[in-house]
Amino acid sequence: MMNLEFMINTISLGSLYALLSLGLVLVFGILKLVNFAYGEYLMIGGYGLYFSATVLHAPWWAMVVFGILAAILTSYLSELAAFRPVRNKSANALLVTSFAVSIFLQNAVLILVSPRARAVPLPPIFSQTVNIYGAVTPVRNLLIIGTTISVLILLSLLMKKTVLGLAMRAASDKFTTTRLMGVPANLVISAAFVISGLLAGISSIFWIGRSASVDPVTGAAPLLIAFIATVVGGMHSPAGAVVGGFVYGLLFNVLSITLPASMISYRDAFMFVIVVLFLLIRPEGIIKGGYTEERVG
Amino acid sequence: MTPMLTVENLSASYGVVRALNDISLEVNEGEMVALLGVNGAGKSTTLKSITGVLRPVKGSIKFLGQEIANGKPEATVKRGLSLVPEGREIFGTLTVEENLRLGAFVSYQRDRYKADLKEMFELFPILEERFTQPGGLLSGGEQQMLAIARALMAHPKLLMLDEPSLGLSPAMTDQIFELIKGLRDRGSTILLVEQNAERALGIVDRAYLLASGEVQYSGTAEEIRRQVDIASVYFGGDDAAPCEVTQ
Ligand SMILES: Nc1ncnc2c1ncn2[C@@H]1O[C@H](COP(=O)(O)OP(=O)(O)OP(=O)(O)O)[C@@H](O)[C@H]1O
Ligand SMILES: [Mg+2]
Repeated sequence: MMNLEFMINTISLGSLYALLSLGLVLVFGILKLVNFAYGEYLMIGGYGLYFSATVLHAPWWAMVVFGILAAILTSYLSELAAFRPVRNKSANALLVTSFAVSIFLQNAVLILVSPRARAVPLPPIFSQTVNIYGAVTPVRNLLIIGTTISVLILLSLLMKKTVLGLAMRAASDKFTTTRLMGVPANLVISAAFVISGLLAGISSIFWIGRSASVDPVTGAAPLLIAFIATVVGGMHSPAGAVVGGFVYGLLFNVLSITLPASMISYRDAFMFVIVVLFLLIRPEGIIKGGYTEERVG
Repeated sequence: MTPMLTVENLSASYGVVRALNDISLEVNEGEMVALLGVNGAGKSTTLKSITGVLRPVKGSIKFLGQEIANGKPEATVKRGLSLVPEGREIFGTLTVEENLRLGAFVSYQRDRYKADLKEMFELFPILEERFTQPGGLLSGGEQQMLAIARALMAHPKLLMLDEPSLGLSPAMTDQIFELIKGLRDRGSTILLVEQNAERALGIVDRAYLLASGEVQYSGTAEEIRRQVDIASVYFGGDDAAPCEVTQ
């Protein structure tokens, strides 16, 4: 039953990558900013899990809530304190600010907690496996898939059925015109950061769930994955991010089983080469932008 | 009677580029006023200053007696000022319906919204046909209608239109001008920005002529026609070709 196992693993990895990418692309859509501090929201979410378990001795569900809230709060506050003051300056100012926030958060944790990794005690369900028609897979893989499906449904309901979602979609199309409709800029931007933080927090549970530990640079790898997946999928729509996440997960797993054992440590190099080759052929990513016209006049 | 909109000694710039130099203008309630000028004269910059998109260097902008010169763009529509932007600025990925819903963002009330939609469908039947399609799939003229309808959904006290005839066929231009005239006859107060001076002067009460960021002439449509040789300065009618102001 190699195939079913491979499928479940790939879908769950793709789901995790899709969640990661979605959080990055939501902010990009509105601010046109690749937020390099995004990985740190996930990292702080991890410390939220760690402290709620070790200091508060919280039950697992409270850990989850605590971790997610920590990520949301970090994301929201970084917008308020760091991005908002430079928003009107330039795209480069925003980008540099995102690096600054990233470094600040990493160092804050390094100084206040420890440079060393901390073990995050997770409920046993994270390490258990199940047997589905002969395919053995960790229970957390199924949790990831279920969570991702729920998140995608809720998020598309929010974007399609609520006025806030409508305003956010409009703002990622034409920001100034959206403001001229009376939509407050701060509202849509804060909302984007809150949702981005939420997605980082949820991803954090599953990301940390794989290694059961967190350290100050835990955010680096997921940021890179989210960034590459969104570029591959297409930066201009949430759909692109999701597709990119799944494609990237598939690529990763295919390379993992096809590369000979001696080459497996070069897997990332292979991934990057494939991604670069793909982008040469299709620089706008798998999903192109919307119907937005060229400006006239 | 105090004017609805008063712009006084307004100057604006983009970095070091001075785009407006000490311009003053007024729009009274119930009036339709044109702001004319060639490419780069500063027409859109004037509207950007009024809507808070661009912060003026100096000067005052009063709407209904209130100073709005340093307001935010999102406050504009709440005050009763709606803009039909240059190049239409339709939300291309959003449906026609969603575009109109955003137009009603600040004034939304369920029953009134429904009634307003009905009214828009009477003014622009095409919008009812295309109601569920993405705005980006509409033709240029249809998008212009959508942009106007979107602005009207907010029940503006003053409607500002930035070159509504830009890029449209002569037939479509006729239709749009007819429509703007209709809005004015219904009692709307309108500030119309146009390069098509000939056409604009045909429907407005008064006009200001901008050149290089300064008001060169102002007066009633008649007066402007008398003072300025429109055909030589503008590519006004359908017959003249675009040309620059010679100074
Ligand atoms: N975003 C900008 N950055 C720098 N300069 C600008 C910008 N927008 C306009 N300008 C300059 O300001 C001046 C006035 O431009 P404005 O857009 O107001 O002209 P306009 O009268 O609306 O012209 P058009 O009929 O072509 O739309 C021009 O010299 C233009 O080059
Ligand atoms: Mg203009």
